[in-house]
Amino acid sequence: MNTPILTESLINKGNLFFPEAASTFASGVDNPFLMVFWLSVIFFVPILVVIAIFLVRYRRKTADQQALAQITHNTKLEIIWSVIPLILLIIIFWWGFNGYLKMSVPPKDSLEVRVTARKWSWSFNNLQDVIETTGELVVPVNQPVKLIMSSDDVVHSLYIPNMRVKKDVVPNRYTTLWFEAVRTGNFQIFCTEYCGDGHSSMLAVLRVLSESDYDRWVLAQKKKMQQVLPLNELGEISAQKYGCLACHSVDGNSGVGPTWKDVYGSKRLLADGSSVTVDDNYIRESITNPSAKVVKGYPPAGMPVFAGKVSDKELAGLAEYIKTLGNKK
Amino acid sequence: MSNSNSSLNFYQAARGIKSWMFTLDHKRIGIMYLVAISIAFALGGVFAVLLRLKLMVPGPFLFSAKTYNQLFTLHGAVMIFLFIIPSIPASLGNFVLPLMLGAKDVAFPRLNLASFYVYLLGSGFALYSLVAGAVDTGWTFYTPYVTTTDTAVISMTFAAFVLGFSSILTGLNFIVTVHQLRAPGMTWFRMPLFCWAIYATAIIQILATPVLAITLLLLIAEKTMSIGIFTPALGGDPVLFQHFFWFYSHPAVYIMILPGMGIISELVTTFSRRDMFGYRIVAYSSIAIAIIGFLVWGHHLFVSGQSEFATMLFSLLTFLVAIPSGIKVFNWIATMYKGSIELKSPFLYALSFIFLFCIGGFTGVVLATLSADVYLTDTYFVVAHFHYVMVGGTVMAFLGGLHYWWPKMTGRMYSETWARVAWALLFAGFNMIFFVQFILGSKGMPRRYYTYLDQYQPMHAFSSVGTWVFGLGFIVMVVYLLRSIKHGALAPDNPWGGLTLEWRSASPPILENFVETPHVATGPYPYPGPHQ
Repeated sequence: MNTPILTESLINKGNLFFPEAASTFASGVDNPFLMVFWLSVIFFVPILVVIAIFLVRYRRKTADQQALAQITHNTKLEIIWSVIPLILLIIIFWWGFNGYLKMSVPPKDSLEVRVTARKWSWSFNNLQDVIETTGELVVPVNQPVKLIMSSDDVVHSLYIPNMRVKKDVVPNRYTTLWFEAVRTGNFQIFCTEYCGDGHSSMLAVLRVLSESDYDRWVLAQKKKMQQVLPLNELGEISAQKYGCLACHSVDGNSGVGPTWKDVYGSKRLLADGSSVTVDDNYIRESITNPSAKVVKGYPPAGMPVFAGKVSDKELAGLAEYIKTLGNKK
Repeated sequence: MSNSNSSLNFYQAARGIKSWMFTLDHKRIGIMYLVAISIAFALGGVFAVLLRLKLMVPGPFLFSAKTYNQLFTLHGAVMIFLFIIPSIPASLGNFVLPLMLGAKDVAFPRLNLASFYVYLLGSGFALYSLVAGAVDTGWTFYTPYVTTTDTAVISMTFAAFVLGFSSILTGLNFIVTVHQLRAPGMTWFRMPLFCWAIYATAIIQILATPVLAITLLLLIAEKTMSIGIFTPALGGDPVLFQHFFWFYSHPAVYIMILPGMGIISELVTTFSRRDMFGYRIVAYSSIAIAIIGFLVWGHHLFVSGQSEFATMLFSLLTFLVAIPSGIKVFNWIATMYKGSIELKSPFLYALSFIFLFCIGGFTGVVLATLSADVYLTDTYFVVAHFHYVMVGGTVMAFLGGLHYWWPKMTGRMYSETWARVAWALLFAGFNMIFFVQFILGSKGMPRRYYTYLDQYQPMHAFSSVGTWVFGLGFIVMVVYLLRSIKHGALAPDNPWGGLTLEWRSASPPILENFVETPHVATGPYPYPGPHQ
């Protein structure tokens, strides 16, 4: 996993069914669910008991034993077992619809964040405070947050279990979702629409901060933005921003793509049998046109093309960053 | 009663490989379908066991992410298109429907054979796509991912396209057969409920499948010629594909479950020696499910960004489908009341169907609930729900039907003891695999994940171990069923005391099914006993 920040456990915190709730939507989701659950139990247990009683009481004891009675219908009974469930289902429908309506209408004073999804990372552009982050969404507690989302490539879906929200993120179209966190903490963000090899690594973290912590975080970010970063640090940030690390490890483990550890200056055998020395030009080409020289044993079109998406400065930064992970030259 | 000595059965009527290849006999075509779908089921099952093996642990293990994605795609595509859609109608339905109606064959025997060869052709394309670069898109082929992958999407979607025609031909044949070939005196409401279910299924097959066909053709055109129907980069709409796809694929789940419900009605009446409680309601509910089933596809798109108004309507309609399904369950149970119940292995499958289908149904109500669906969709909760309905429902019903009609089809009895052992293994294994997935899903575990957070590991491992128990159940079943063909006791014509017409034929039936065309003067289940 590439998530550097530990998120709240979904399994250990909360009740048997749900991770611990952290947004205003929880009651609109959990309560209808629990109502259906208990209604199901109320229906299911008697059904099983009745079946068990029938199996024991009416069990065939002799080979030629007939039925005790042939009953072809009972209008009263049939109306009861059609109408009662129908009424219950309409009540459940209405409850679920209400919860859904609440999710569909973001309040006017929401903090707006533009979300960009791509294979396989999330970027968050906070419009109010003019801060862009990748891999983490930072918001203040007790503040409605509206996400305006679009995808660079295929369909993704943003899912935050603790907030009880999910919405598909579609290319060439904007979808929105909103939530209001009611407590601080670090919460898991998943991609839940299958999007290829890195789908299960397309994770991010929602950090909900207290108002004062949030203000401090904004100031720190602004300060950072004014600094001139060393190129290798810019590269490290870019590697997170573009989701490189979802497939390329920095610790030597093999992933969807080759690791970056100790790769700079090394000789790599390519799929076509030739070999190449990893230098600045090879790195640049592998980012802008990944299928040009594919390392043997890796998928031929496994990586998206980044030409036109990564700036020249970032390309240089990435090469410098990879250099810091082990240089054999 | 027995005709088996006076005349040759349909196996003996002709010999040699050609007598099978060019047969027009619905029974032989049913048997060939049964063999073919069983092979497909085994193949899909192996994929499932392999991918669950990977999920024993998070992180890279056994396969790469790409291979894992190919495995779950092939598991889904093979199980859906090669196994479960043709399963009950084309194998058991083909064999039993004309017998139940008192007919000599289906209405169009040549079309019936053609449908089998179209099925083989489609399966050929599917197998070719395995070799040519196994698809990694998920069986749903969502755009635009499908246009970006370098795997063999075209041959797999073309396979589904061809297989669709096989399904249409079968459906068409069965509709005409039910309309035209009922035995003298068999009015619509004297028809066994399995025939009603197959009829309702056939309506969906011929009305919905063409939509899938055109959708897959558009997809192939998009992939080869970059027209811009679904690809956003060319101005297309990826969500349009989801609408088209589910417009078929939701009704298709009723193609999968309705025949299963039909089998359960037969099993419950026979093994309780009871007339069906609420016969007409159960027959009508099949038709109601078929019709409402066309109007709920949008519940697959609650979080896709479709309009809130459409979402509300789709949710409401989805709740309505629960009613006819619930009515069937109540009627089956009421049919057992004051019956004479024998717990033979086919009936064990019927009971496990009711148990598992109820859980599938209740969790379906959870998913129809809008706010809960937003939270649960695309998690393991949906995976578990789907498998409870499709495996707990359809596959259990299929196995119940297989054990019920096996003596009729083969003329041999299988070992009842081993049948119970296999049933117990399957029931236990199935619940091990999938019950825990409800919890995984409601705890946030997304579906189609190669790796996962460490905290989910114990439940994943438990689920994976379940696949071994489940698989063992099938191995036991294959052994005792195949053994019975050679060594099983000779089956009487009517081993269970059933009253539907197929039990009046010999086991196995003669080529033309009945020596004399049966005449029908009562409903399908005129069991003795005081009427109340």
